[in-house]
Amino acid sequence: MFAAEIFMHRFLLSSPVRTLNPEEADWFYTPVYTTCDLTPNGLPLPFKSPRMMRSAIQLISSNWPYWNRTEGADHFFVVPHDFGACFHYQEEKAIERGILHLLQRATLVQTFGQRNHVCLKEGSITIPPYAPPQKMQSHLIPPDTPRSIFVYFRGLFYDVGNDPEGGYYARGARAAVWENFKDNPLFDISTEHPMTYYEDMQRAVFCLCPLGWAPWSPRLVEGVIFGCIPVIIADDIVLPFADAIPWEEIGVFVAEEDVPNLDTILTSIPPEVILRKQRLLANPSMKQAMLFPQPAQPGDAFHQILNGLARKLPHDRNIYLKPGEKILNWTAGPVGDLKPW
Amino acid sequence: MKLSALQQSYTNRRSNSFRAAGGLDSSVDGSGKSPAAVFWLVLHGLCCLISLVLGFRFSRLVFFLFFSTASNGGTSGLYPSTPFLGTTADIAGSLSFQANSSPNLELPPNRTAGGISSSRVVVGRHGIRIRPWPHPNPDEVMKAHRIIERVQREQKLQFGIKNPRTVIVVTPTYVRTFQTLHLTGLMHSLMNVPYDLIWIVVEAGGTTNETASLLAKSGLRTIHIGFDKRMPNSWEDRHRLEAQMRLRALRIVREEKLDGIVMFGDDSNMHSMELFDEIQKVTWIGAVSVGILAHSGNTDELSSVVHKKAEEENLPPPVQGPACNSSEKLVGWHIFNSLPYVGNGATYIDDRATVLPRKLEWSGFVLNSRLLWKEAEDRPEWVKDLDKLDGVSEEIESPLSLLKDPSMVEPLGSCGRKVLLWWLRVEARTDSKFPARWIIDPPLEVTVPAKRTPWPDAPPELPSNVKEISIQEHTEKRHAKSRASRSKHSSRSKRKHESRTVDPQVSAKVSEE
Repeated sequence: MFAAEIFMHRFLLSSPVRTLNPEEADWFYTPVYTTCDLTPNGLPLPFKSPRMMRSAIQLISSNWPYWNRTEGADHFFVVPHDFGACFHYQEEKAIERGILHLLQRATLVQTFGQRNHVCLKEGSITIPPYAPPQKMQSHLIPPDTPRSIFVYFRGLFYDVGNDPEGGYYARGARAAVWENFKDNPLFDISTEHPMTYYEDMQRAVFCLCPLGWAPWSPRLVEGVIFGCIPVIIADDIVLPFADAIPWEEIGVFVAEEDVPNLDTILTSIPPEVILRKQRLLANPSMKQAMLFPQPAQPGDAFHQILNGLARKLPHDRNIYLKPGEKILNWTAGPVGDLKPW
Repeated sequence: MKLSALQQSYTNRRSNSFRAAGGLDSSVDGSGKSPAAVFWLVLHGLCCLISLVLGFRFSRLVFFLFFSTASNGGTSGLYPSTPFLGTTADIAGSLSFQANSSPNLELPPNRTAGGISSSRVVVGRHGIRIRPWPHPNPDEVMKAHRIIERVQREQKLQFGIKNPRTVIVVTPTYVRTFQTLHLTGLMHSLMNVPYDLIWIVVEAGGTTNETASLLAKSGLRTIHIGFDKRMPNSWEDRHRLEAQMRLRALRIVREEKLDGIVMFGDDSNMHSMELFDEIQKVTWIGAVSVGILAHSGNTDELSSVVHKKAEEENLPPPVQGPACNSSEKLVGWHIFNSLPYVGNGATYIDDRATVLPRKLEWSGFVLNSRLLWKEAEDRPEWVKDLDKLDGVSEEIESPLSLLKDPSMVEPLGSCGRKVLLWWLRVEARTDSKFPARWIIDPPLEVTVPAKRTPWPDAPPELPSNVKEISIQEHTEKRHAKSRASRSKHSSRSKRKHESRTVDPQVSAKVSEE
């Protein structure tokens, strides 16, 4: 999921929009792999990410004049983590820290998006989480296989390790899905990891995409690729490329408080609407916009990111600071973050 | 309870202290031993002890009391799932609870101070909403099934066969013990076919009301014709007669100029639904693979010899059908290997030996009906005219005799690799009696008293009878015992018992109407 930061870097290295001349550049990109700091188990550890980011910015601001010119207003960073540039996976801690102060003026390309949230900066570009395109392509089944599963979901309902009591993980929404529908024959939901996960998605009409610790989930991407209508259960979520993809027409939005009535909601959708959504989902350009293929193909997610960046051009004249003017406070933020990485 | 009242007062005090200490960050790590921190620690310890005593996390009650009053309405539907955890988990949990709840309370002031418009979404612990009757509603299940059906229909339209052609099924039949069994099976398969269907049933010995009444139940378009000869007793002659009956049906196709795909559905075969989808792909004449289930169910010496031989030599599963080379072109035919059965095959109907199929069964072939018409514009030259064949002078073994050039047959079912139908001839003895239409009317009256009764007042005769060896006694005793408890069970075993005298090959499924 966090692989987007690496793939974005690779894409830009070989992309025709890249220029080596900084004077004519519109946007500056700093590749910082903040999630490559791993725990001994190999899981990403975002705790030290702010320090890493800080050190990186210090490096570029002291070596080249372009950061100080605008204090980062024409720079963009890829931060595809749970809560974007708040750099923590627990929502409260993330909110406490807020977005890293030094990134205040920069544009953030992140997977996280929730309206009225501290960690969603105005003008951020929301991207879909990375899902491996080759793996998904290799699991395609013939399209005439009849869709016989009504609702499909595989994943955790209770995160016993981090939230043993329940009610915290997913704001209780996933647990509510389980408690209400575990014995409903229409709902094929469980915590298993089947080998045929992708194939099963292609045999389902609806795929649940509830929030987890963060509101976004790679199930959305998988649902769009496999033609399964995503049922998005995350209040106030901002979906990726919301200006390019008509999410309201493709997916079904269910408020978290309506989860106990999910079966009523889904069965009361008229069949014509469902068929229409499926037809829209079958559109190959929609699927292409969700993927990060290597090498890049026309219309893919990289293209959409560049579109988003292009829409913010041309830069306003007043982002260029007058000499000697400083806006950013380099000592803001928790004390622990000020240590160099 | 006194203890709980004490609890409530304690918890209220605690919640008050929460509000007072609103500004205090719970993460007191490393911030020194201020009196407030010590106070927190002491209170913390106290609460842990109380949890230990009580056996559950009372803090949960606090939270819900507090949360439900503080939050803005709409939480009436809150049904928390509260599994009361063990004490060790309590302590760990209560610690984390402390840490987590205070930022929750700090949050609203923080947010408004930050100038961000308040969001509906609140961070922190939420209740798990469960509705009062969390079980499926049958109306909704039906609606969902209708939705699924509609989706599948759309899928078929988009990705399935475009312009499906009518399927014309040719079935030779005759009235016999198992006609109902076989014909009902075939009928149900045909009723499930999603394409238009014409069913031509040719009956040996003339049309009968029994067959006609069976066919009427299908609701399909049927053409029921009689054939004047009676079904002979030997398998050889039967096969020959059936071939003639099929030719008769093909002549009807020709006369009526029926348009579609002709397939030969013998009533004793088992068809898969995929077969009907696959035959839509035929252009002129196609062949599918037929699985042969030639082994009988009896445990004779004869068949066991065959079994052993088969296992020793590792014979491939018997399948008849087209054989292709690597470029998917027809190069030959797989036919039934009757060598292991030489001398053991059944010649007459009541033989207890295995019934063997012909070299190439008719049911493995499908034809475009235009091949049979008198004048069709684009009929290929490698087809003989139907009128020239009359089935008497020359032996018509398989539809290949209709062709001048047998290599023009198209292999279907991924070049014969998929077996789409199964062949098995199971017939009762010629003298087996069965009631007309399998209805016993008037119902039988059983007047034979039970030999053994399960009633306790009857003297237990069981020990002396257990020593008897015959199987018959055994089954009777078994179903006499079980009669009291499970009548269904006993009737099934009774029927099994009876059917054993009829034909050992037959399974106990008798079709009922």
